[in-house]
Amino acid sequence: MSDAVATLQAVPATARNRVPVFAGSRPAARSAYALVAPAFILMLMMLIGPLAGVIALSFTDYQLGAPSFAWIGLSNYHEMFADRVFWISLKNTLTYVAIVVPGAVALGLGTALLIQSGAGLRSLYRTIYFLPVMATLIAMAIVWEFMLHPQFGLVNGVLRAAGLQGHSWLQERGTALYSLCAIGVWQATGFNMVLFLAGLVSIPKHLYDAAEIDGAESAWSRFCLVTWPLPGPVTLFVVTISAIRSFQVFDTVQVLTKGGPSKSSEVLIYTMYAEGFEFFRSGYGAALTVVFLAFVLLLTLVKSALGNREVHYA
Amino acid sequence: MTTRIHTYLWPATRHILLLAGALVMLTPFIWMLSTASKPQTEIFSSELHLIPHHFALWDNLRTAFAKANLWRYLLNGLIVTISIFGLQVLVALPAAYALAKLRFLGRDVLFALVVFCILIPPQATAIPVFLLLHKLGVLDTYAALVLPFTISVFGIFLMRQFFKTVPDDLIDAARMDGISEFGIVWRVMLPTAIPAVTAFGIFSVVAHWNDYFWPLIVLNSEHLQTPPLAVAQFRNNEAGTNYGPLMAAAIVIIAPLVVAFLFAQRRFIEGITLTGIK
Repeated sequence: MSDAVATLQAVPATARNRVPVFAGSRPAARSAYALVAPAFILMLMMLIGPLAGVIALSFTDYQLGAPSFAWIGLSNYHEMFADRVFWISLKNTLTYVAIVVPGAVALGLGTALLIQSGAGLRSLYRTIYFLPVMATLIAMAIVWEFMLHPQFGLVNGVLRAAGLQGHSWLQERGTALYSLCAIGVWQATGFNMVLFLAGLVSIPKHLYDAAEIDGAESAWSRFCLVTWPLPGPVTLFVVTISAIRSFQVFDTVQVLTKGGPSKSSEVLIYTMYAEGFEFFRSGYGAALTVVFLAFVLLLTLVKSALGNREVHYA
Repeated sequence: MTTRIHTYLWPATRHILLLAGALVMLTPFIWMLSTASKPQTEIFSSELHLIPHHFALWDNLRTAFAKANLWRYLLNGLIVTISIFGLQVLVALPAAYALAKLRFLGRDVLFALVVFCILIPPQATAIPVFLLLHKLGVLDTYAALVLPFTISVFGIFLMRQFFKTVPDDLIDAARMDGISEFGIVWRVMLPTAIPAVTAFGIFSVVAHWNDYFWPLIVLNSEHLQTPPLAVAQFRNNEAGTNYGPLMAAAIVIIAPLVVAFLFAQRRFIEGITLTGIK
């Protein structure tokens, strides 16, 4: 152990002017290639190849099991843009994102700030709010389904007790998508909370002390002065991550509504799944994937542009 | 006077708000436990009550285990998640070591590729990977569940960043001792990287234990089903008639991870928020 410490201290002295002993020596280079080869081959087979493949497939009429296929140019895209279901699906996905992202980000931030603003029971609260992130979503979706049961569900039972009208939440056109949004917010809040907590911890305590000296006496004014402006970059980062994750919504839709009733909760990945894996229209499914990919790539670029998520307190 | 309000009122408000939120977060779990503990007649009554009049959790669990081969599904989940993680480490660690510590032509290009691949969402490659597995004739096998995830570019990235911090002298000393480059990965680098590997392991196991999309696509056979697929299947079979056993099955499916989480919260939160970086 002490050896390791000694080595650690020795590094800065030697690292600068050292040329690695084995640099360029052929056996070492050969073993380097041997070390990266499995990863490289699998990367080509499972990621880069399929990514190129999905784009290429979207220009074909390939169907799983068909003996041959033809290049059909943009026909899949023409078909897609002319299809009412595609536009419903896209609109529903954007609606889902537009509800879940602000909801889960605001609640995540609020929870993180509340937890951080006092000393008591911090880790208990953190654990409770994080529990939905851990629990298998499919199992919890089925629990939600029973909670939303029109007749015997908890939600309608509580509404009845309050003298309000219940709904067949997952079976009505007007409520199905919003019910899925609620489950989405419930599941994502804890995840965002943890990201915000990590961001808040990095706010140096002396800034609060300074604010207090400057006359910010109440917790609220210190919050306005110090806490709120600082997590800006963190917030932007959490927003893009939440958006990417929301775009991928699938599990709850597949098990609870199957996109229904009458396509009112149809979302992009579900449409892709149905076309590609239920009807085996690989080419058309690939075109849907490309649209999904374009949105996610856009969000990823935004996130990468934000890059360094450290908050700077200069 | 004002300070007094601040010292008592604010903590109280904080706890009230947080407890209210916590209640919402916990409601599905509480309702799941409550329903799983009720006999059929109490579940199908419009009168709401949390505590069952007649405690039927054991009956419901017994029914759940009788109707579905839950042990088998848990075993499947274990086999699949452990195989995926094991193979990911086997593939990623040598590559991460080479990218962090060795010089070879094309290293920077390869690393750029790794970073690029991190951006690919798993749903995007589903159709071509499915076709590939079809060609290989391995659909509806454990291999179909494991093979596509043996490469974790995120794992390579994470471990590479970690290995960068390991001093070169440690490696040089190992070379002096005549240990091969391959040996260095497992005998020198791996032991220093246990915390990072643990965090990555939690991330990987949680992601694949809970995954529904991929098993749904590649599996047909009931005996290969992973826990999420099994619980969805259970629900479809019972079609809204047997909520007690269904909720009991849900408890069984989420229990392993939730219990592990409660025992090692800090590590789990750390491991799962890695997705944030991803």
